[in-house]
Amino acid sequence: MDAQAVLRLKRIATEIRKGVITAVASAGSGHPGGSLSISDIMAYLYFEKMNVDPKDPKNPDRDRFVMSKGHCSPALYSTLAHRGFFPVEDLNGFRQASSYLEGHPNMDKVPGVDMSTGSLGQGISAAVGMALAGKLDRKNYRVYVVMGDGELEEGAVWEAAMCAAHYQLDNLTAFVDYNGLQIDGKITEVMNPEPIADKFKAFGWEVLSIDAHDFNQIEEAVKHAESVKGKPTVIVAHSVKGKGVSFMENQVGWHGTAPKKEQAQQAIEELDAYLASLG
Amino acid sequence: MAEKIATRVAYGKALAEIGSDENIVVLDADLSKSTRTDLFKKEYPDRHFNIGIAEGNMMTVAAGLASCGKTVFASTFAMFAAGRAFDQIRNSICYPNLNVKIGATHAGISVGEDGASHQAIEDLALMRSIPNMTVIQPADGVSTIALVKQAAKIDGPVYLRLGRLDVPIIYPEDATFEIGKGVTIKQGDDIAIIATGLMVEPAITAAKTLEEQGISARVIDIHTIKPIDVDLIVKAAKETGAILTCEEHNIYGGLGSAVAEVVVRHYPVPMEMLGIEDKFGKSGKPADLLPMYGLTPENIVDKAKKLLERKRG
Ligand SMILES: Cc1ncc(C[n+]2csc(CCOP(=O)(O)OP(=O)(O)O)c2C)c(N)n1
Ligand SMILES: [Mg+2]
Repeated sequence: MDAQAVLRLKRIATEIRKGVITAVASAGSGHPGGSLSISDIMAYLYFEKMNVDPKDPKNPDRDRFVMSKGHCSPALYSTLAHRGFFPVEDLNGFRQASSYLEGHPNMDKVPGVDMSTGSLGQGISAAVGMALAGKLDRKNYRVYVVMGDGELEEGAVWEAAMCAAHYQLDNLTAFVDYNGLQIDGKITEVMNPEPIADKFKAFGWEVLSIDAHDFNQIEEAVKHAESVKGKPTVIVAHSVKGKGVSFMENQVGWHGTAPKKEQAQQAIEELDAYLASLG
Repeated sequence: MAEKIATRVAYGKALAEIGSDENIVVLDADLSKSTRTDLFKKEYPDRHFNIGIAEGNMMTVAAGLASCGKTVFASTFAMFAAGRAFDQIRNSICYPNLNVKIGATHAGISVGEDGASHQAIEDLALMRSIPNMTVIQPADGVSTIALVKQAAKIDGPVYLRLGRLDVPIIYPEDATFEIGKGVTIKQGDDIAIIATGLMVEPAITAAKTLEEQGISARVIDIHTIKPIDVDLIVKAAKETGAILTCEEHNIYGGLGSAVAEVVVRHYPVPMEMLGIEDKFGKSGKPADLLPMYGLTPENIVDKAKKLLERKRG
């Protein structure tokens, strides 16, 4: 990817992060940590990679995306809003009774959402179903799913992992947002899902490990996944929970806590300063 | 059609019949010879997927397929569908209102020898409490085939409660059925016996016995437990003044509860519920278990007479 393209994605990812903060702060609740850790991957997928059309969100040939860690709806909504699926201002209504932006993604209500999620451990199964449908219909779309690293503790993830390999779903690319944290602490302390890469390998997947905040690595991995035949690919994306907001980075407490007004302001200022530094 | 056929077999036959529709996909969880989706697989192997012993995954894979426009039938035993995969059914299928039809076979104690671990007596309660879900329990092979075909046509999730045991054919080959509409099998004005699934046939037998004793019993087959046929039930309450429900399910949360919800809201009359009395099943031959748990025509007659005493005050 050339420098200009990287710069463009950095700007977009920062706008996505600002939307995350706006949504969560205006709701007074929600999950900033895991939304910020995944923002760069969201920017790459929706602004560089995926074949989607905000004017035709249900097009049967589109690429699919499943936010399996549905609590990171702020990242998904902010991305979709900036991509033109609905007005960015609507992020201010997040989690409010008068809004369609449910706390966790709802595919009936929110344009661009391909699967309702929220109960962890199910999104990968839905993605398997979508990938199977793509094979049955001989369509060329690809299916992307983002899981949390803590989410891997759900046994159903491994039912789906087995299933995807069994049916050789090479049109499926999964991301693990490897930020090392869940609600109650470090994943290694709460219930260690390691070794993650080896587990997926043992289940028959192509496995790649990248820096989740490096667009060149993201692109390389996603393109590699497209070239793999006969098996699904998982990209273990080493990330920083809370990425981009200094006081949230690597802090377990920001998993599901909304910033207060002044904190939100500080976060937006930091993100704006970063934008300015990009020129 | 044979004189007796299990509703699960009729289900498999129906799937094979409608399978020419390329949009239909069938999933199973290592039980295709029991759920009889093997009958579909034989005809359309490319659209039958064994998901293995992973019922939760199967339900959400079905949701993913449905989100791409497929009509998906996902099958396993009722216990592992409604029980193990409840969260997936609720959150991935019903909440987004996707076109997944759950073929839940081996419901109730008539599973027999496998025993309580495999005898779902709670699934109607679980499934009918989820918004968007349609819940169907056919009484015989003819109605099963008709209702499976209709389930494929309606938009949204359906739970089909099916049995292992061979049960008598009740309806003529050309009978018609409509999801949401109960069937009045026999008229009567003293009492209405409202039954579902394999209890419909003993209800008919019981009504005959009652007739011989001068009691005129109406028999209604409620094959759709949700949405339930409110008009037919209210009419029965008004015209007979007493309602007895019969089901192979816990007395809590199933047909009896569903009918009571209608009756108390629209036209309260004395009611009695015949079903499994809030206890687990056990191993045994179905023919031994059904009487052991009171699921017999004799018990229906008995309960009906006691209810009539209450009605008369
Ligand atoms: C089945 C289920 N159990 C529990 C929860 C509550 N919950 C929400 S987020 C979360 C932790 C997730 O951690 P991780 O997957 O690492 O997400 P991330 O760090 O990316 O935010 C939990 C336990 C849930 N949503 N679903
Ligand atoms: Mg995490």
